Amino acid sequence: MKPKFGVIIFPGANCDHDAYYATKKVLGYNAEFIWHKERDLKDCDVIILPGGFSYGDYLRTGAIAKFSPVMEEVIKFANNGGIVLGICNGFQILLETGLLPGAMQKNRSLKFICKDVYLKVENKNTIFTSSIKQDVIKIPIAHGEGNYYADDETIKSLEENNQIVFKYSSKEGKVSSEFNPNGSIKNIAGIINKNGNVLGMMPHPERACDPILKRTDGSLIFKSIAENIFVNQK
Amino acid sequence: MFKAVVIVKRRPTILDPEGKAVEQGAKLLGFNNVKNTRIGKYIEFFVDTNDREAAEKEVLEYSQKLLSNPIMEDFEYTIEEVK
Repeated sequence: MKPKFGVIIFPGANCDHDAYYATKKVLGYNAEFIWHKERDLKDCDVIILPGGFSYGDYLRTGAIAKFSPVMEEVIKFANNGGIVLGICNGFQILLETGLLPGAMQKNRSLKFICKDVYLKVENKNTIFTSSIKQDVIKIPIAHGEGNYYADDETIKSLEENNQIVFKYSSKEGKVSSEFNPNGSIKNIAGIINKNGNVLGMMPHPERACDPILKRTDGSLIFKSIAENIFVNQK
Repeated sequence: MFKAVVIVKRRPTILDPEGKAVEQGAKLLGFNNVKNTRIGKYIEFFVDTNDREAAEKEVLEYSQKLLSNPIMEDFEYTIEEVK
């Protein structure tokens, strides 16, 4: 059975087609677009909140998208155990909704950064990472506001529950401020919720799927989801 | 009708990269006494009611629910009646 990915289109999103292309055209799964004013998630198995600049990033990143009609359904879906992947602006929306803890600030450098980065996979025991065999993957980032912040108590709880999934690192997996592109606390690049069904990450796995681009580590995340998706339903 | 002004500020304990960058500019211009520049948001709007209590309630909820992020921001507001 092929999993079906639902890609939400918010006004201002610009990576929705990339997510659709990666899942449907490159990896061969089913995929559908869902307009943000719809309330029907079209029986999708996974919901992707794509990257971009929903509502122009006005007020705060993700703050307005949080109140799009479709988000009520996405929140219900997530609370019922549905798989949700928030990429970049999608991660920011997940933070605003409270499906994931913390908040985003402007990059420490105040610059928009677009480049490949190395990510140390801190937790391979998730439905999003179980197909990743190596310790470090290479995936591009493209953001101006990816400086993750959470208070000490939240960080402690994320660490205790193994919710930190990706950290910015060197090619060899060394995690230090030298390899932190945006000032993110503890070099955090991606976190998961306590139940393990909602992942938010700043890097763009959908941009590292097609072999023609000479980088395919992002596809491991979609493959992990596809391999795990029907396991609990059997 | 009431006019509301909401100021949203990062909590004092949270690093403000914009404020820091602006302060570097201040130093370059020779404003050597300027310290701890913090940048926030100024938001103004009208509330179409004659009931001050209702207006205050709306401003407060709007500020809490959308205008500020409670994880890292605080807000303050003023409202004044306008004709």
